[in-house]
Amino acid sequence: MRVKHHLLTTYAMLVIGYLMLPIAVVILFSFNEPEGRFNYVWQGFTFDNWANWDAPIGLRESMITSLEIGVLSTVVATILGTMIALAIVRHHFRGRASSNVLVFLPMSTPEIVLGASLLALFIQQTGIFVIGFWTIFIAHVMFIVSYIVVTVKARLIGFDRHLEEAAADLGADELTTFRKVTFPLIAPAMLAASLLGFALSIDDFVITYFVAGGEQTFPVYVWGIARVATPPQVNVVASAIFLVAIAVALGNVLWQYRSSRRQRGAA
Amino acid sequence: MGSFFHRRKGLVPYLLLSPGLAWLAIFFIVPLAYLGYQSLKSGIFPTYEFTWEFSNYTEAVSDYHPQLVRSFVYAGIATVACLVLAYPLVYWIAFRAGRWRNLFLLAIVAPFFVTYLIRTLAWLNILADEGPVVGLLQWTHVLGEDERLLATTFAVIAGITYNFLPFMALPIYVSLEQIEPRLLEAAKDLYASPVQAFLRVTLPLSAPGIVAGTLLTFIPAAGDFINAELLGTPKQQMIGNVIQAKFLESLDYPTAASLSFILMAAILVAVLAYARVVGSEKLTG
Repeated sequence: MRVKHHLLTTYAMLVIGYLMLPIAVVILFSFNEPEGRFNYVWQGFTFDNWANWDAPIGLRESMITSLEIGVLSTVVATILGTMIALAIVRHHFRGRASSNVLVFLPMSTPEIVLGASLLALFIQQTGIFVIGFWTIFIAHVMFIVSYIVVTVKARLIGFDRHLEEAAADLGADELTTFRKVTFPLIAPAMLAASLLGFALSIDDFVITYFVAGGEQTFPVYVWGIARVATPPQVNVVASAIFLVAIAVALGNVLWQYRSSRRQRGAA
Repeated sequence: MGSFFHRRKGLVPYLLLSPGLAWLAIFFIVPLAYLGYQSLKSGIFPTYEFTWEFSNYTEAVSDYHPQLVRSFVYAGIATVACLVLAYPLVYWIAFRAGRWRNLFLLAIVAPFFVTYLIRTLAWLNILADEGPVVGLLQWTHVLGEDERLLATTFAVIAGITYNFLPFMALPIYVSLEQIEPRLLEAAKDLYASPVQAFLRVTLPLSAPGIVAGTLLTFIPAAGDFINAELLGTPKQQMIGNVIQAKFLESLDYPTAASLSFILMAAILVAVLAYARVVGSEKLTG
């Protein structure tokens, strides 16, 4: 029994190690001093890549584009997605089931099909769509919305409607009730959903690559440059994104620990 | 808010829904229709004409069935590998990790915080010919002196496995976490051995997670082209590579569009077949 116990723990730790290994390699190779154009073999330690992170031409611009599209598409998708979630959870109406299906479908379609079909629309000579920044924005809103709906919905389902009714009974009008009761209650879910949306947007390559035209987000930039060279600065940017994301996530985990301990203390 | 809904209850849900659903309709449904339209065109770039060219589909299948079959074989192997790697891990997290659960869950999603392309490129470092893994395998004679890992089928499947492992792990974790500890205690009280308790209680109760995880892993894996492109050679090309190259490089829109629909249809068939097997097993079990 004890042996089996340790066997399982060892296996679990090995898989965790497997998951962590490439991350460690990405960070390690951001400090490499490669001799050729490719950053595949360890040569020597340097801080230069971090000091001159934007030395490769186009890297800074692609990062700015990624951030702009991430923020814009997340804001729009969070608003649209929260509205859909409110409608689906709080109301019974004709077409509710098909709305659910329409939200679910993009998540279960391979990314390459999403990208290809958007490009099929955008290459039509309609004169409306110019392939570039705004077509990337449109695509990102489209695939993020579903994830926002799912995340906010999960929160809304466990939500006490009596609080809103109480506010209405106490004479609050609809807008005041929404502002003072509903919104504060769903705000954490909207924040969590938008963080997820932003992460999805920053990371997306496949769909973006199809609808980007000449515009470069960070992943598109990496794809283009990976064929001719891989400057270690690419690892620097990836490591920086990772460290920021992990700091936010760790903060969230610690905050959960603290609030659960506080709750236990109160009870 | 309540009275607002009651007074105009008919309209409100539609007002809330319409902007978001309109976005999905215009930029998800309409594009699919255009993709269908492109797939039935004929001619040479840039003058494709719509001619109900259904032969695009039969030609695409006869020209690219090796890549199509390969996509599904690779995705299938990777899905099984993900299950074998993920299940014991999330089992351990759910039942043994105690208060450190959330930290280990974070470790599972941590790879997502490194850009997809970059974490795939990291496997180039790890599996490099001069790297430590190849060195170790050659030293132990698992690999011959001039054999390598990069640019092999192994590398491509390993890359897909790594990239989609979290999609398998998280749904299984959710289903394991919901299991009532009292059920396992009851099994123990009724003299079930740990193995019996696992096979008769834990495993069936985690089946929904396995089903969800399998779908979430298999569907994106079958459409993937990044791992084959970065870690493989033309011999490992998947259907995604063909669609990508036809659409963006040779600008052969009709073939690319019909291949996209063939991929979707094939995935649908695979999913339905899987649902049948899972359903019938549940019935007989």
